[in-house]
Amino acid sequence: MPHPIRRRLPAYAPVLTLALLALATACSPDQYPQTTLNPRADFARQADDVFRTTLWLAAGVFVLVEGALLLAMWKFRNRPGAADPVQTHGNTTVEIVWTIIPAVILAMIAVPTVQTIFRTATRPGPDALQVEVIGHQWWWEFRYPQLGITTASELRVPVGRTVNLEMTTIDVIHSFWVPAFAGKRDVFPNRFNDLWFKAEVEGNFPGQCAEFCGIQHGRMAYRIVAVSGESFDAWAGGFNAPPRDFSADPAASALVKQGQALFTAKGCIGCHSMYPALPLIGPNLHHVGSRSHVAAGTMVNTDENLAKWIQHPQAWKQGVLMPELGLSDDEVHAVVAYLRANQ
Amino acid sequence: MATTALEHAPPDTHAATGLWSWITTVDHKRIGILYGASAFLFFLLGGIEALVIRWQLMAPNQTIVGPETYNQLFTMHGTTMIFLGVMPLSAMFFNFMIPLQLGARDVAFPRLNAFSYWVFLAGGLLLNVSWLFRAAPDGGWFGYANLTTRQFSPGMNIDFWTVGLQILGIASLAAALNFFVTVINLRAPGMKMMHLPMFVWMSFITQILLLLAFPIITVALVLLMIDRTFGTHFFVPSGGGDPVLWQHLFWFFGHPEVYILILPAFGIVSEILPVFSRKPLFGYAAMVFSGAFIAFVGFGVWAHHMFATGMGPFADAFFSLATMIIAIPTGVKIFNWIGTVWGGRVEYKTPMLFALGFIAMFIMGGLSGVMHSSPPADLQQTDTYFIVAHFHYVLFGGSIFGITGGAYYWWPKMFGKLLDEGLGKLHFWLMLIGFNLTFFPMHIVGLNGMPRRVYTYSAESNFELLNRLETWGSLLLGLAFVVFLWNIIRTTRSSQAPAPADPWNGATLEWSIPSPPQEFNFPKVPQVHGRDALWEMKRERGGSLPEPQRVDGRGIHLPNPSFRPFIAATGVLITLGGFIGGSHLWVHLAGLAVLLYGIFSWAFEPTG
Repeated sequence: MPHPIRRRLPAYAPVLTLALLALATACSPDQYPQTTLNPRADFARQADDVFRTTLWLAAGVFVLVEGALLLAMWKFRNRPGAADPVQTHGNTTVEIVWTIIPAVILAMIAVPTVQTIFRTATRPGPDALQVEVIGHQWWWEFRYPQLGITTASELRVPVGRTVNLEMTTIDVIHSFWVPAFAGKRDVFPNRFNDLWFKAEVEGNFPGQCAEFCGIQHGRMAYRIVAVSGESFDAWAGGFNAPPRDFSADPAASALVKQGQALFTAKGCIGCHSMYPALPLIGPNLHHVGSRSHVAAGTMVNTDENLAKWIQHPQAWKQGVLMPELGLSDDEVHAVVAYLRANQ
Repeated sequence: MATTALEHAPPDTHAATGLWSWITTVDHKRIGILYGASAFLFFLLGGIEALVIRWQLMAPNQTIVGPETYNQLFTMHGTTMIFLGVMPLSAMFFNFMIPLQLGARDVAFPRLNAFSYWVFLAGGLLLNVSWLFRAAPDGGWFGYANLTTRQFSPGMNIDFWTVGLQILGIASLAAALNFFVTVINLRAPGMKMMHLPMFVWMSFITQILLLLAFPIITVALVLLMIDRTFGTHFFVPSGGGDPVLWQHLFWFFGHPEVYILILPAFGIVSEILPVFSRKPLFGYAAMVFSGAFIAFVGFGVWAHHMFATGMGPFADAFFSLATMIIAIPTGVKIFNWIGTVWGGRVEYKTPMLFALGFIAMFIMGGLSGVMHSSPPADLQQTDTYFIVAHFHYVLFGGSIFGITGGAYYWWPKMFGKLLDEGLGKLHFWLMLIGFNLTFFPMHIVGLNGMPRRVYTYSAESNFELLNRLETWGSLLLGLAFVVFLWNIIRTTRSSQAPAPADPWNGATLEWSIPSPPQEFNFPKVPQVHGRDALWEMKRERGGSLPEPQRVDGRGIHLPNPSFRPFIAATGVLITLGGFIGGSHLWVHLAGLAVLLYGIFSWAFEPTG
């Protein structure tokens, strides 16, 4: 005789369980590096508080109203021999009640909303770290005026200190967005928009342009790296040094030397500055070797990816300003070695 | 008006078949069918564009289409579904049903009505001809300047968009004036405004929205077009222009446009629910005033599309609160619909399934809308797939479910045959499941950081599983419409008995005349005494009315067919089409000549 419990389980039960598990995992924000649901800075946390209030209220209303609809559909379904329904035209009391209840629920959202709007609209103090953010088609430039540093596609910030972003664009409208830290802020030509946040934890967080900005809007990403205050100061101090010249460096390999020569000979240097304080038309590449991602945050910074990007930028990012230089495999290999040496 | 023998020519002399009869028709019912057929084809095209989008996004870093094509696809999908799908599908019902529900013989200006349709078709064709030049619009349906200025969009793509939308705007404005006047002037004797069927009421409010909103987008499009064509600087920052101005102008139109898309569907389900619940609409007056209130406040919420632009706390708070207020009349509508079902005797026919599905889906779209009425939360949600999920619950779960319900409901009236119930139910369930499988995961993937309008995403982002679900869902949705098409073909070809005048025990006047109606609609203009005019007549006669007979319409005054509106519409197309790829003076002049000929010969042609 089969086991009574096993007999009740249909054959598809394990499949169904697995599917439900997969769906439950798919809903967990921890799966998603770019999630808005794991705030890691004060601005994002305040937005998240408002979001959770609206979410639970909406969920409650959803259950009640959809429940009422289903109940009406079931209870008043046509049954044989049913009498003609009473021809009611309305009920003033009921209608007033169901006008007031939504108003009360909305007030529960409106009050924290307005409070948060004004709280997040305050300006940070003078001790905040200033960063100028400049959108380009299709990458982000970051300048630290207090430190004399320019970098690209990777914004480094200290934990526990407010960072104030002054943001603009040199071409079209973009939108700056690092979900873990703050909501979006659009950037406009000839205008500065600001945004501030204070990172709570160390880590490497993804961000992405959120306003449609042309053919490569989909590949206009970047990273925010939050580090401790000491580590940030050390980085800023070291970053400020001029780029290393490998041509006269006995410790450098021949490959790196060849790469440095190619970087000049092939014209890379015309667009990409290696000097921390010198912005050029393309992304600044000072310390590019130690960035976690390349190609505007869209590829992990491995030697293979870097080579793929340099050799055929138009294949990965059609329409990007960076031209196909027609480098041979060996030349690409050398340039990658040189960029990797810029740690 | 003088009455001559010519004006009393028998209507039977109007040709009823052949291409020429369609080109010259001024019959609101045939124009309605033209709107419906064209819009349904455009709708299928927009659906195919959506399926390609879903195919591209099924897995990370795919190259099914390149970024250029992808941007054209999502731009044309949005533009098509809004301007060439949902709006003209609603216009199909305005045309066919408003005069019938009013007890009228036609719209107020029958030839203007034909002109509206031909201009609409011209605009739709012009927009889609761009595909043949590999230059489909690629700036998004919102066309944000300064990306769409000549410097950053040098090709013809955006020209097709600005010109195409201006042409469609002319069609919408002409049609809106026509229906506005029709509702004011052509109601049957005794039909007061507060007796109007709810579909007519919601359509009437829609016409007011069209009349107020379309001039704004037209101004914006003209400014953008002359920026692009003649080098002015309205939106060019280097010349002192302001791209934010475009956003204000666009959304001042764009938000009322949302209500233009949904209010007709509100009206349709407000017709279906009482008929299949066998009891009148609950809270008629509240339904009218909530619709009007939504439309009115709808003009004061446009900048909630722009919270991320950084407007400052006062503007953010104002637009946020105004947006939340709209949820109250919307809630009233939903409760009144449930109140209509409550205590009724619900018959689950296909139109009713779609109407109930509409309520269930619209509740979800409404709730997610409240969630991003709050700017702090919206700053995380805007421009992500959460928003894509939201407005598809409103515009697909809402408008398309409502319109599809309307199609099943009014099909027998329009074509004289009932669509198959079994296939209809299959269509409904496929659409409900496919819709939720496609769009529900978008809430999750959006909240977890997937932006809109990206042609691909990284493997690292982990968005793949949810995107795969969405793509499978979209296939089910596609299948649902294959079933619908099959139902249409099978019904049209079937030799079933003609549909009776009143297959659903309807409440409104269109069910008092044969299916399909004769050219003159009502042999005798009905006298109305209250709401639900037909139910009232049936009650007076003790339950049911005799099947109305087709009669000889001799002596009934009807306007003559005319090809002049078609000529005038062609003139509009050529005149404005001269702005594609720069301004071409001779094209403008040729177009103006055609337009003037069309209008003058139209003006001096006897109306019939």
